[in-house]
Amino acid sequence: MELIDIIRPENQVFCKTKLMTDIPLSYCPGCGHGTAHNIVMEVIDEMGIVEDTIGVAPVGCSVLAYDFMNIDITQAAHGRAPAVATAISRIWPEKYVFTYQGDGDLAAIGTGETIHACNRGENIVIVFVNNGIYGMTGGQMAPTTLPNMPSSTSPYGRDTTTMGFPLKMTELVANLPGVYFVSRQSVHTHKHARKAKKAIEKAFENTRLKKGLSFVEIVSNCNSGWKMTPIESNIWMEENMFPYFPLGDIKVDGILK
Amino acid sequence: MAKVKGAIVVDTEACKGCEVCIPVCLDNVISMSTEVNRKGYHYAYMSNPEACTGCTNCGVVCPDRAISVYRVKVSV
Repeated sequence: MELIDIIRPENQVFCKTKLMTDIPLSYCPGCGHGTAHNIVMEVIDEMGIVEDTIGVAPVGCSVLAYDFMNIDITQAAHGRAPAVATAISRIWPEKYVFTYQGDGDLAAIGTGETIHACNRGENIVIVFVNNGIYGMTGGQMAPTTLPNMPSSTSPYGRDTTTMGFPLKMTELVANLPGVYFVSRQSVHTHKHARKAKKAIEKAFENTRLKKGLSFVEIVSNCNSGWKMTPIESNIWMEENMFPYFPLGDIKVDGILK
Repeated sequence: MAKVKGAIVVDTEACKGCEVCIPVCLDNVISMSTEVNRKGYHYAYMSNPEACTGCTNCGVVCPDRAISVYRVKVSV
């Protein structure tokens, strides 16, 4: 069979979702943000809730999410996305509200907003992309930077005696009673990306059922910040990030695993 | 017996040449071109089109969704 017989519209099994705009993503080549964006949009598309979904973009690399996601979306001050999402979901309780935040936004400046939104059990979805570094501003140390991991503000590695330990935000919020579903996923291989998609689908399903807050962490690479090629950074992430940030569901249906 | 044949189409201008699609392709279909696109990135292409099964693994991991996948069943 010739290629021209295979490449026909009726044989298409996978393509870019229409909920992503045609604007080229501003992310570095191989960045997990692109995959995470697409997965969130594919879930919204497949659930048929695009008319009822409102997103909140963060500050950080993904600040331009409102350019890439072809849905109703706003953008909050640094770290304040859960507070803005709280307001939106209280004004329109029937809407699906989600925030998309990086670790510098959610785990550093926005720790207070995040923990209190989780503690109040707002009916929103938080997608937390954790790459262990401040990517946009030049690879500075973030609260989630691993011990001994070099960054531009910890060039000899994170010394835990003076700089403290990486913040496990996901485990932290899992202990709060208002949080209904907590999961940690990754998107660097097809298996992980499909699992992450299922987790995000479950999170939006919980919003539909008004169960409370769903929190999905996506452990991602930052190949530019880590000074590696995309493939090297994915291997480094598997070897170093996953032992500290183990993947899997942490809280399902309000019960800690 | 039915066999599955697949093919990918790469949006060469959207591809940033990150190569994450190469290790996830279990049939070693994808390679990077020697040419570059307008942004200066080497883009992915099907170097071994016979082996493609249209499994969509490459499309699912592509951060820029530059890959569309086609699949058809053929009887042998």
